[in-house]
Amino acid sequence: MIEFFNEYMIVLIAVLLCVIMAIVRVIFGPTIPDRVVGVDTINTIVIVGMVIYGAAYEEVIYIDVAIVYALLSFISTLFIAKYLEGGEF
Amino acid sequence: MIFDIIIYVFLGIGVFFNVLAGVGLLRFPDVYTRLHAGTKCTTFGSIFIIGSVILIGFKNWWSGDLNGSVLVIHSAFALIAILLTNPVSAHAIARAAHKSGVMPAQAVIDELQDKPTEKSTRKKTSSKTAFSKKEGEQ
Amino acid sequence: MLAFIITTLLCFVIYLLFTTGSGTEVLGLWSWIEIAFGALLSIVVGIAARKIFVKDSFRMLNPVRWFTFLVYMIGPFFIALTKANLDVAYRVITGKIKPGIVKISPGLKTDFGITLLANSITLTPGTLSVDIDENTNDLYIHWINVDEKALEKKPVDCKYICGNFPKWVRRIAE
Repeated sequence: MIEFFNEYMIVLIAVLLCVIMAIVRVIFGPTIPDRVVGVDTINTIVIVGMVIYGAAYEEVIYIDVAIVYALLSFISTLFIAKYLEGGEF
Repeated sequence: MIFDIIIYVFLGIGVFFNVLAGVGLLRFPDVYTRLHAGTKCTTFGSIFIIGSVILIGFKNWWSGDLNGSVLVIHSAFALIAILLTNPVSAHAIARAAHKSGVMPAQAVIDELQDKPTEKSTRKKTSSKTAFSKKEGEQ
Repeated sequence: MLAFIITTLLCFVIYLLFTTGSGTEVLGLWSWIEIAFGALLSIVVGIAARKIFVKDSFRMLNPVRWFTFLVYMIGPFFIALTKANLDVAYRVITGKIKPGIVKISPGLKTDFGITLLANSITLTPGTLSVDIDENTNDLYIHWINVDEKALEKKPVDCKYICGNFPKWVRRIAE
């Protein structure tokens, strides 16, 4: 029996606080690269949150999702950066 | 018992550095310094949080649960993915920001502005020599 | 042919690591059908990606280089990472910064070496690699706290930015 409010939930809430701070930067960022930095930080923290969630409920499938999410978010960040540069693909 | 304490200490360090990344993202004045906070602190925090998950997996494995090995290996792969992709995307964002005209605030010196802008020829020649060498081997 | 064999073997090992716990027939960890399907998939990937994965030489096959890489990751790199985070923590809390972009020329030649050095610089104290001059392999570094002493000599000496990392990278990759 796994109770809902174990210690991983506390860690997950603390990490969520960091996501909220990054969302503030995404909303109020004066330039576009600022917003991209915020989105990149959110991606990393979401990966960590998925791994914690998988450990809390002992479901390995969440960690697989985290690996795929890491690689896909990396590719999306690279494409946004390339678009900002204005170069050819 | 000592294992549990190590796990909690790792979780605490990881959460501290992740929250520090958020605070740094809010406090710093321009893109490049925000990248410093957003890249280094989240990488370090991720190492410690995922490290604690790996320790939990080892603990489960030790007590005879085969699921623990899956937890260890998959978490280690997630950590490797973060370690490989995080600096590269930071580099891409910094380069894109400088090319799109965002200059560093309060900068003492900026040597990138007088970089020569001609198109590089190195990539094409190197790939061509690599292919020709390989075909020669086969 | 050697490139194909290397790529296939690496893919197969990674597939086996991902599918541990799928059965109990082989060594108590894998099932036979999983191994057969993994071999098939890794042969397909090996045919498709052999020219991308092995670029110019087979230098990285040497196990001594792998061992040096592991020592580098655990020893000097992790210490520098810890110092970097304490440094960023100090600057987040006090807000004392003096940024600038400087140019260094580490003198490395291979692509893998320059990638490793740029990633190490990004994760170590107060520095972030911004751009690369592809003709001469010079790196442009954003430095959060510029040292006035280092600016006298152009391009800036490597020891202010990244310590003895170029020596390690040369030992690993060249």
